[in-house]
Amino acid sequence: MRNKAGILIVAGFLLGSGNACGHLINSGFGPFYDGLAHPFLVADDLLPVIALTLLAGLRGVRCGRAVAFALPLAWLAGMVAARMVLLPSEPLWMTGALTIMFGALVAADRPLPVAVVAGLASVAGAAHGFGNGRELSTVNGGLLAMAGIVCALFVVTSIISGQVAALRSHRTRVVVRVAGSWIAAIGLLMLGWALRAHQ
Amino acid sequence: MSSMKTHKLTALAWCLLFLYPNLVFAHSRGGEAIGFVSGAEHPVSGLDHVLAMIAVGLWGAQLGSPAMWLLPVTFPMVMAFGGMLGLMGVKLPGNEIGIAASAIALGFVVFREARPKLWVAAVLVGFFAIFHGNAHGTELPPGGDGLLYSIGFVIVTGCLHATGIAIGMIHRWRAGRLALRTAGACVAVAGMGFLWRAVM
Repeated sequence: MRNKAGILIVAGFLLGSGNACGHLINSGFGPFYDGLAHPFLVADDLLPVIALTLLAGLRGVRCGRAVAFALPLAWLAGMVAARMVLLPSEPLWMTGALTIMFGALVAADRPLPVAVVAGLASVAGAAHGFGNGRELSTVNGGLLAMAGIVCALFVVTSIISGQVAALRSHRTRVVVRVAGSWIAAIGLLMLGWALRAHQ
Repeated sequence: MSSMKTHKLTALAWCLLFLYPNLVFAHSRGGEAIGFVSGAEHPVSGLDHVLAMIAVGLWGAQLGSPAMWLLPVTFPMVMAFGGMLGLMGVKLPGNEIGIAASAIALGFVVFREARPKLWVAAVLVGFFAIFHGNAHGTELPPGGDGLLYSIGFVIVTGCLHATGIAIGMIHRWRAGRLALRTAGACVAVAGMGFLWRAVM
């Protein structure tokens, strides 16, 4: 029962995510809380994270734990790297491609080794973190904001993957797989929008 | 039992709270495609799309598991692919005819309670989904936030399938089966009307 309530609340979070904004929002509570809110307000960051955590949850508790640490740490590494290296941030088409891949993997629900899922989480985390780091490089209190982002990611990853890993019935797992297919569909449209912008 | 109810109500209250869009604009945005709500409105803006998507759910419910969830998974994914092509400027020929034909074909299979192999059903649904997606993709207006628009678009499409599945649950009763077949015939007839309009 608690699982169902948790899933409903997470679904509510997903639907309630606001417009993608390129800059850190000012919550009025300081940079740490601005960072904490950031992943929830940027849909192109949140979607691949949700897909990855669903994937990790479907693959079990061990995989969920691995991703709960790999994703935030890789994100942090990406943000730190962005402060040191001057490279363009991750283009939208790449975000779309990653979202399609993670969504399709959730929908397919094929057995993947923990190392592969953790590796995918690291790649995605580093790429998105790099983009966030570039945005934060011009913000006062950027380090606190980074800490907020990493904490938010850890909490989201732990809660969602934990909830999904606890699902036992076939029907509830099917619901997760359907959610994955929707995420892949959104990724396809995201890719379309990105390619349209280049034309 | 009462604590379970409290849990459910609390979860529902949280959902409703978070459904309220918390838009944070970094820049002023223009165009129609500015967010979740405009994306959510798009799939229900045309009766031809709505009927075809509900018919997919009805057919899935008639076929039972695994088709019941496989068809509604296939449709949004392939539709999004068609939408992506549309966004890139690739317009499929005879889009409107394809959409009308989808209503006829899907209505007909619901009417007949057709039970093909799973892959045949998935290919049929996927084939028509491309036309629906492409039509949406080419119609999509320029706007500030395509991502939230896409999220609303896909979620509502999925909800239309879910509505079809929910209605299709009456299949377990004899009168329900008859009602479903009648509904399928109505969708097919409406599809003929759409076809007439597309051709004329």
